[in-house]
Amino acid sequence: MSGGKGLCSLYISPEKRKFIMFDKLINWARMKSPWIIHFNTGSCNGCDIEIVSTLTPRYDLERFGVQQKGSPRHADVLVCSGPVTLQTKDRIQRVYEQMTEPKFVVAVGTCASSGGVFTGCYGVSGGIDSVVPVSAYIPGCPPRPEAIIDGVVKLLGSLEKKEEEEKK
Amino acid sequence: MGKVVVPVGPQHPALKEPEGFSLTLEGEKVVSATVRLGYNHRGIEKACEERTYTQNIYLIERICGICSHTHSTCFIQCVEELAGVEITSRAAYIRTLVGELERIHSHLLWLGVAGHEIGFDTLFMYSWRDRELVMDLLAMLTGNRVNYGINTIGGVRRDVSSEQIKDILKTVDKLEERTKYYIEVLTQETTIVQRLAGVGRLSKEDAIRLGAAGPTARAAGVKRDTRKDDPYAAYGEVPFEVITDQNSDVLGRGIVRVKELMESYKIIRYVLERLPEGELTVKVPKKIPAGEAISRYEAPRGEDVHYVKSNGTEMPERVKVRAPTLANLSSISHMLEGGYLADVPIIIAAIDPCFSCTDRMITVTDREKDSKSMLDWNKLRAYSIDWHKERGLDFSAISHLREDGR
Ligand code: SF4
Repeated sequence: MSGGKGLCSLYISPEKRKFIMFDKLINWARMKSPWIIHFNTGSCNGCDIEIVSTLTPRYDLERFGVQQKGSPRHADVLVCSGPVTLQTKDRIQRVYEQMTEPKFVVAVGTCASSGGVFTGCYGVSGGIDSVVPVSAYIPGCPPRPEAIIDGVVKLLGSLEKKEEEEKK
Repeated sequence: MGKVVVPVGPQHPALKEPEGFSLTLEGEKVVSATVRLGYNHRGIEKACEERTYTQNIYLIERICGICSHTHSTCFIQCVEELAGVEITSRAAYIRTLVGELERIHSHLLWLGVAGHEIGFDTLFMYSWRDRELVMDLLAMLTGNRVNYGINTIGGVRRDVSSEQIKDILKTVDKLEERTKYYIEVLTQETTIVQRLAGVGRLSKEDAIRLGAAGPTARAAGVKRDTRKDDPYAAYGEVPFEVITDQNSDVLGRGIVRVKELMESYKIIRYVLERLPEGELTVKVPKKIPAGEAISRYEAPRGEDVHYVKSNGTEMPERVKVRAPTLANLSSISHMLEGGYLADVPIIIAAIDPCFSCTDRMITVTDREKDSKSMLDWNKLRAYSIDWHKERGLDFSAISHLREDGR
């Protein structure tokens, strides 16, 4: 995780201290309202329907400020489901590169975490971390929507903690 | 005017055969559409050969998370046929029950996705909220919301208790109320009817010629339903209607699906009232006698076919799966031709190709200028919604949706 680097560090330098407030504001906004992009790397769809479920009325992730975005350039968190198939390998790398820093990857489901039942299939290269670095793993086949929400909240919590440590 | 080629796809994770489309445009009209297969191929069939039959149940179930019961039942029916065992009627009834609950969740899911594709997000939120009721039932019965794992070779793994039956019946009553309302929306709401009627036409002859399956075929007036034509599990004993429609368009496909929900409620009530006593499983040897078997199953999307070849060991020699979306792909290119680019999302969505994946990439190639530009699925969807808005079809104008039945 890269904390306050990347996009924000373009604006911040020790001389331009007045921008520090701005930096903080962006960080605060990112933690209070993370935008996600969902990428399916070859899943059985089980995880995907549970991810979509989190956005619908019963779970309603949007009340925490989480919004699903269509373009990787707008997103802070890449939510992946499924084992990485050989066909999607390049695409997930491309999507990851298109995202702006700081960026985080969440692997939803056992397949995304390790390859799951599809380990050893000739069309599968393994879990998401075989291609891009992963910040949070949410196990389950598929994880319940509550578990997905819990995973995202934990990720945000760890960012907040890191922020506080940096302050000290 | 120059022709433009628009590849749509290819991420289509749902089934064994993810798909991509290549559309050739003349202005806003689609002149030809080709389907490309082979993306997101995981190699499940090959992997089956290296696993035992019992392990395969769980692998096969994960071909598709939306119709997981479909695939596991279809596979197990093959194995049971090879082993020459007959499951108890209680097991057959429970399989039927879970199969119908799966159909309900899948059709409600489709209704929501279809609403989303035409820019009617209220419908999306409503139907997914109601879908949670079925998900609760499935979780209660099987222990998991998706990938139920209730099947085993020779029967089912969990029983249904009398309290559970009460709960199911109560929920089914609620869902029935909501479904009546959805039927009303689909058949009477003018904006929906105007938006969907006549879009993606597929005549009866074409449906038969192109081998359409499931609601896609039934909406064209083809009375084709494996549950009736080749009954499996308990369907031979359960009375129900095969819903058909004469509309032959996207609207018809929607109407068939919501009306099928009503039939599913009927089947569930029948099954629960007459749930026979008996064992849940019968014993099946680990080594399956050599032979070949084929089995058919009416998935929410159409007919699913599995083929298993055994060589007398604990592992199959060959497993082949033909999922229903593959059967419907050839009719999709036919439906897209002659239509507008703005109708592409809903026409593709109308065959219900397991549609959770929202980030397809679309490359627009202008043949004359030889230029390329990228569009994703969301942009195409947004384009489609705006295009129809300009022509007076605006779903944000519908303000009188009722909140009842719950
Ligand atoms: S973890 Fe389970 S539900 Fe998720 S993609 Fe893998 S098999 Fe499907």
